[in-house]
Amino acid sequence: MTGADVLLLALGAVAVGAGVLVVATRHLVRAGLYLVVCLGALAGDYLVLTAELVAWVQVLIYVGAVVVLLLFAVMLTRAPIGASDDLDRPGWPAALIGGGAGLGLTVLLVDAFRWTRVELPAAGTAERLGEQVFRSWVLPFEVLSVLLLAALVGAIVLSRPDIGRRPDTASTDEGGRA
Amino acid sequence: MRPVIPYVTAALLFGLGVYGVLRRRNAVLVLMAVELMLNAVNLILVTADTTAKAALPHGGQVFALFVIVLAAAEIGVGLAIVLQLYRLRASVAVDEVPLTEPPVPVPATTVVERPATTVGVDRPSAGSGVDGPEGER
Repeated sequence: MTGADVLLLALGAVAVGAGVLVVATRHLVRAGLYLVVCLGALAGDYLVLTAELVAWVQVLIYVGAVVVLLLFAVMLTRAPIGASDDLDRPGWPAALIGGGAGLGLTVLLVDAFRWTRVELPAAGTAERLGEQVFRSWVLPFEVLSVLLLAALVGAIVLSRPDIGRRPDTASTDEGGRA
Repeated sequence: MRPVIPYVTAALLFGLGVYGVLRRRNAVLVLMAVELMLNAVNLILVTADTTAKAALPHGGQVFALFVIVLAAAEIGVGLAIVLQLYRLRASVAVDEVPLTEPPVPVPATTVVERPATTVGVDRPSAGSGVDGPEGER
């Protein structure tokens, strides 16, 4: 057990514990905040695994943008402040499938890797990663930028009900919308 | 560095995500569970990048970046759909979404008049909306 192993164990325990709370808590807003803890611990994992750029992008995009968007959605759907009892469906099929998937993957990966030891490679800094992105992965990178634009336009069209509405239903909806 | 530690972490997180997607009724919580699954995959990719020797260096980390971008796009469109569902039904419970109803939405006036305070209070009325908009009046 080296220092990296201890760090990985601790951060992994924090991530899994926070993940359990995300899927088990009865407070909507707390689920979002536990998600921040889980994603932050994963960013720490990436740092230990020498993926510097991925760690900082994780903090920027996930913790900074995605969780904030999720909390906005919690507020906009008028979530109750306290605990709510109707967040869950009956649990045993979900527990069966989720537990089966998690434990099955665990057994598979433990069997594949045992207790082998790997030396950490050179750090994935922004310079090295940018070289790869703009040399070997340029085409997927550009396709992803087009996809982001498409998702942006799609989100705008979805949230503006007056775009693409058929004329016969437009008159009935005007009265109720502020 | 023992690669089995982050791999097992990722497997457990993925199982938790599957459990959350199947268990939760609130659509925003379902999206949070989906984020857990995507992060488990990211952890697998980054760990595989450090353990496996590939022809292209840092391919796993590049793919992790791509998955993060995909997750951002997914959460944008997903939340737009969830908010539109809330606007039409005043509820974001995923097991109350009527799948057999014709695509013409319920007029928004009925939604505004309804006391839309909590997520699940109006479950009976939303459930009866399955057989048509006139069932709610």
